[in-house]
Amino acid sequence: MLRVENLGVCRGAKTVLSDVQLELRPGEVLGVLGPNGAGKSTLLGALCGELQPSGGAVLLDERPLGAWSGPERARRLAVLPQSSTLSFAFRVEEVVGMGRLPHASGRQRDAEIIAAALASADAGHLVGRSYLELSGGERQRVHLARVLAQLWPGATGQSLLLDEPTSMLDPLHQHTTLQAARDFAGRGVAVLVILHDLNLAARYCDRILLLDRGRPHALGTPEEVLRAEPLQAVFGLEVLVQTHPERGHPLIVAR
Amino acid sequence: MRPVLSPRSLFVALALALFLALWLSLALGPVSLPPGDTLRALLRLFGLPLDGEGAGQAELILGQIRLPRTLLGLAVGTVLALAGVAMQGLFRNPLADPGLVGVSSGAALGAAFAIVVGASLGGLPEALAPYLLSLCAFAGGLAVTAVVYRLGRRDGQTNVAIMLLAGVALTALAGALIGLFTYLADDATLRTLTFWNLGSLNGASYARLWPLLLVTVVVALWLPRRARALNALLLGESEARHLGFDVERLKRELVLCTAFGVGAAVAAAGLIGFIGLVVPHLMRLLVGPDHRVLLPASALAGASLLLFADLAARLVLAPAELPIGIVTALLGAPFFLYLLVRGRA
Repeated sequence: MLRVENLGVCRGAKTVLSDVQLELRPGEVLGVLGPNGAGKSTLLGALCGELQPSGGAVLLDERPLGAWSGPERARRLAVLPQSSTLSFAFRVEEVVGMGRLPHASGRQRDAEIIAAALASADAGHLVGRSYLELSGGERQRVHLARVLAQLWPGATGQSLLLDEPTSMLDPLHQHTTLQAARDFAGRGVAVLVILHDLNLAARYCDRILLLDRGRPHALGTPEEVLRAEPLQAVFGLEVLVQTHPERGHPLIVAR
Repeated sequence: MRPVLSPRSLFVALALALFLALWLSLALGPVSLPPGDTLRALLRLFGLPLDGEGAGQAELILGQIRLPRTLLGLAVGTVLALAGVAMQGLFRNPLADPGLVGVSSGAALGAAFAIVVGASLGGLPEALAPYLLSLCAFAGGLAVTAVVYRLGRRDGQTNVAIMLLAGVALTALAGALIGLFTYLADDATLRTLTFWNLGSLNGASYARLWPLLLVTVVVALWLPRRARALNALLLGESEARHLGFDVERLKRELVLCTAFGVGAAVAAAGLIGFIGLVVPHLMRLLVGPDHRVLLPASALAGASLLLFADLAARLVLAPAELPIGIVTALLGAPFFLYLLVRGRA
């Protein structure tokens, strides 16, 4: 379980994130929303140890993040970056197999997990292809499968951080990807996902953190956060909020 | 860009190629030795009491000239190819070359210093000269790499982009200083300097061979232990950290292996280009980028290629000898261009 207290991050002299109190709960999908430059990726960077907080602490299972050994941490915490710069011709299953590097589960078990993770990311049909031959969206799904394989099958105590996992995906795969995140949460994993699509957040998240210029503006259920006033205040966008006719979650339309 | 060979068939092919290269390197030269004589002489060198016609002469040629030369080629080819894999992994770029971190130019500078200053002091003692040259070359390579690595350090992290630029700048600086030594050199010294810069396995002796063999064995045992970490590093530095690897330590080890390996190779045989660039690239085309296969494959292929290049250098203009750097550049440069053009298409 990942928890931050009074988190602040500076880049140079500029404070880019401050006053964040956050707990990733097992079994829950937490969405992070906010305009460009609001500090979403900075928050994710601090949560996984890539960025040193200038104040506060990041605790993984009540132990400071830096106190964990690399492989131990990697078996509890997986991170999907916004984009990847792999320029070598690994085959798809080799890329996904790298998610198994922190484990010693054996070749056969790894092969099963790789197949299951690829299926979960709806990328099973890409097996055998070279990573460099794939489209941007296919690559994104392969990397999703990689971080899923890293935590597979998913259990309480693990955390999964996804930075805009749907940015390059077609509408169907935006849903399959977030459904895969939901399935992981269903097995007890704490999931944090940065999103831009308000309606995807409304449908798949249990709680939503709305960031505005490096500070939390609101934190609560989709019904609490996805209202006209906070969205107007943070995004400067006038919206109508209705109720999804079939599923009951908020449905946001620009006015 | 998909692998075309299974690792097993590649290793069989590479082992055969290396065996052939070793055999020809021992058997061919101004005096060609028939296979039987070569084998008998080799076994006698290893202490087996075998008699045979012409075995004495063969033993002399093998023991004094061809065996040290062959071992030198084996070590230089292996370590240059492995350093190439390490650098292409470190810079996450398949077109990186061991020279990028300044080790080759530093070694060349050290050698130029030893040659020119040695000559201006009225010539070094005959017995000491080759060791001093190797020592200066090795020290020069290590020193320049250390400076490049220091310049790339920021806030406890190594920035490989800055290292790359620092390497370019220091290579230019070393080039200028080598130019200065060249300007100061007299004609005889100039010739020594020029030939050294073209590389050669000629005049290999056991005394100069042992340090390189030691470094090569250490590098060849160490790097494969980092194969999985190197694979993860290709995903990106943060991705490798998220997978639990100590990326800073890995980068330090890669630079160390390259500095010692290439430094020792250049100190023993001069500048031999393109092996470190072309061999890993070629192996990657054949079996894919997985370092668990790529590292041993590159070591075998580098050794074979260097021995074949040395055979060409010895035989093409026999009894005269071409510097081996000319042969590897003649083969390597067009191949590099081919890779560039192919990559753009």
